[in-house]
Amino acid sequence: MAKEPKKEDLLQSISYKAPKTFWMDTPTQIKPGMFCWGAKAKSMNVVGMPNARDWNPAEEDWKLPENWQEILIEGLRERLDKYRSLRLFLDICVRCGACADKCHFYIGTGDPKNMPVVRGELMRSVYRKYFTTGGKMFGKLAGAREMDLQVLKEWWTYFFQCTECRRCSVFCPYGIDHAEITIAGRELLNLLGLNIEWIQGPVSNCFMKGNHLGLEPQTIVSNIEFMVDDIETLTGIRINPTFNRKGAEILFVTPSGDLFGDPGVYTCMGYLMLFHELGLDYTWSTYASEGGNFGFFTSNEMAKRLNAKIYAEAKRLGVKWILGGECGHMWRLVHQYMNTWNGPADFLEVPKSPITGTVFDNARATKMTHIIEFTADLMKHGKLKLDPSRNDHLKVTFHDSCNTSRGMGLLEEPRYVLKNVCRNFHEMPRETIREQTFCCGSGSGLNAGEDMELRLRGGLPRANAVKYVHDKHGVNMLANICAIDRATLTASMNYWVPGVAVAGTHELVANALVMKGEKKRETDLRGEPLPLPEEQTNVSARAVTEKAGGEANV
Amino acid sequence: MKALLPFLAVVFLVLLAVVGVKAAGLYFVFGVAVPYAAAAVFLLGFVYRVVKWGKTPVPFHIPTTCGQQKSLPWIKPNGIENPSGTGGVVARMLLEVFLFRSLFKNRKTKMKGEYLSYSWAPWLWLGGMAFHWSFLLIVVRHLRFFFQSVPAPVQGLEHLDSILNWGVPALYITDVIFLAAVTFLFLRRVTLSQVKAITLPADFFPLFLLLGIGCSGVLMRYLKFFRVDVVGVKELVMGLVSLHPAAVSGIGTIFYVHLLLISTLFAYFPWSKLVHAPGVFLSPTRNLSNNSRVVRHVNPWNYPVKVHTYEEYENDFREKMKMAGVPVERE
Repeated sequence: MAKEPKKEDLLQSISYKAPKTFWMDTPTQIKPGMFCWGAKAKSMNVVGMPNARDWNPAEEDWKLPENWQEILIEGLRERLDKYRSLRLFLDICVRCGACADKCHFYIGTGDPKNMPVVRGELMRSVYRKYFTTGGKMFGKLAGAREMDLQVLKEWWTYFFQCTECRRCSVFCPYGIDHAEITIAGRELLNLLGLNIEWIQGPVSNCFMKGNHLGLEPQTIVSNIEFMVDDIETLTGIRINPTFNRKGAEILFVTPSGDLFGDPGVYTCMGYLMLFHELGLDYTWSTYASEGGNFGFFTSNEMAKRLNAKIYAEAKRLGVKWILGGECGHMWRLVHQYMNTWNGPADFLEVPKSPITGTVFDNARATKMTHIIEFTADLMKHGKLKLDPSRNDHLKVTFHDSCNTSRGMGLLEEPRYVLKNVCRNFHEMPRETIREQTFCCGSGSGLNAGEDMELRLRGGLPRANAVKYVHDKHGVNMLANICAIDRATLTASMNYWVPGVAVAGTHELVANALVMKGEKKRETDLRGEPLPLPEEQTNVSARAVTEKAGGEANV
Repeated sequence: MKALLPFLAVVFLVLLAVVGVKAAGLYFVFGVAVPYAAAAVFLLGFVYRVVKWGKTPVPFHIPTTCGQQKSLPWIKPNGIENPSGTGGVVARMLLEVFLFRSLFKNRKTKMKGEYLSYSWAPWLWLGGMAFHWSFLLIVVRHLRFFFQSVPAPVQGLEHLDSILNWGVPALYITDVIFLAAVTFLFLRRVTLSQVKAITLPADFFPLFLLLGIGCSGVLMRYLKFFRVDVVGVKELVMGLVSLHPAAVSGIGTIFYVHLLLISTLFAYFPWSKLVHAPGVFLSPTRNLSNNSRVVRHVNPWNYPVKVHTYEEYENDFREKMKMAGVPVERE
């Protein structure tokens, strides 16, 4: 693994002044720290990917099939006829440059090929050469170029330096979404066996074992048992979650990242505590044990293959509806793709909260509700006893996930939930939140270890906005609703803004949640001592604590 | 360098018209044949483009949501930036097409001390609006050549456009704005580092064409030396639109320069980035409402895929599941 550059050196290396040579004439370098290992033959074989072999991107020979150009151009032709987005976006860009400095990878590298427009041009130049009259006639003058090995390596490098966050599409006057280009680009690269192992490994795990981490059923059960033990230590309450239980009202699906490792497990403990407190009739599934979908970073077909488990399991178990955990890309897919791929889900009922009676009409067809929508509704109806003073040691800000903000519009719900459970909440600058939010820098399957420099560079704009509220308001907790954020922002914070921890929103909910019959809490979910009521100067805060304590004793 | 060839191409077109009309007297070619050919190429190309896009499916429902979704009844949705129905989509598209709303949001990213700063940068929006609107109004003004008696709205527009009442003939405000805007759009491509880095020759060509069209038009109108026979122009244009074309001589060579550049722009349009004009209407990130959890979006080419069924999964893990107390279908 390449060594992380020093913070100062990294910052100094970023210049937004374009280099002298035009990007098309600048050879692509595959730099250590900036790329992920190539997919392994054994991972590729599990799901039947073409050209399965072990290969190393850093080596000259990528072991490509002999007719790779033909495969690629024919693949592009097929996709041009299948996706209006792709054809249109390749045709209509005017290179106005509005998107140029909107990409976190451009902001963190200064590399012109990370301007969204140029990422598009990587493919557009080839499109012109093979599919447009002007490109065929005028060649380079019309911005067209042959698909050769250099271009292929450029595609690979930069389509794996895009996290499909769609920030560019907010600012584009035609809504050109470079995620569509990257998605198509990665599909094409996959025709030649050019995936990265950090995506291919989880994909094959998810296909066979139901989740990216490759957790087998007994491991899922024991991991959750560990959390149940921790919850008992914390609250004195024993929780008994069920697995693959037929006839449950609700199937709960969350990314497997929540089942393994800090700080994801704290979020998971939050779900467990909330559901127990509500007496929710729900079940976990070891088969549909992944809400996330690294198939989406491989190809549309692979995404559909992995996603199929969710509806299939809901049908097998005979649940009424599905509740989904905190995850970014999982929710883009649930919201915009799942029903199209694997619906209609006519065997399910429109989600209805058994606690408040609220019918989630906005999920009428998909039959799947976001846990933040579910919890916000609970809070609005006053169904939860909350003691936000238990989060008083935290100064919280909220990181919108790219996918839930720009591919869904889930903006107010998480803020409402957070403001109910935390009393110190500070927003980051307007240009870095909501629909303008910045990617964590490691989305779309780029959260490996070997590409840490890339991740830190891509994470700069987000981290810098956190630094702003950290310096100004003393923010020490970055809340989010995404498993990849929980896994990756921690590294980004440790590097850019030491002193800021990362938490799923339901961890903070569980901190504040006053459970029936619980013992006096000494610590938060992480084992950090809770702030003592005596130390608080805010009178109303004490009142809340006392009231909560009183009710807990009933 | 990238600007040189497109510039020379436009110079060549100018010379072509001058030589063709003045030296060779090819009035019919440049007054009738070329405009007709250009119109035909434009119409066919335009239709081809739009039909091609229209026939390509939209397999997934992918609007870019730029505001609060419609979810719980007590949370106020942003009906335009995140439309949940057709009305919102129409409003979003109208704002996009007429006011370039997304471009208006533009921010310039800079490192200021320790912090990244995002300052509002409306200049491209302003330049784009100035260019497109002035161009539209100029085109509308030109309708006076297409009708026997000039329609009242066109007359009204001419009146408003020359309201400053400067000079004889009176200066049109749109002429000034148009030339200034196109010049601005050109200058940013040669001066701003980031824009320079992405510019292709194909970005300069339409700019030079537009500058050529604007300059030739302005010279014709305001400079005595270049003044053309407006009655002859109207006769020619009326002949063209009534499909009884006839070459008209004695109009003045510069008019044919103007006409050839316009013809080139039209013929070039469908094969270039200029198709963003019809394209924006079909953009699936803008023209879809965010209702994909309410109404199932159908992908016309959706096909069955190989999945790993629960049965296969249980076969792999049955004993482990039983040991862990997870219920199984078959003991």
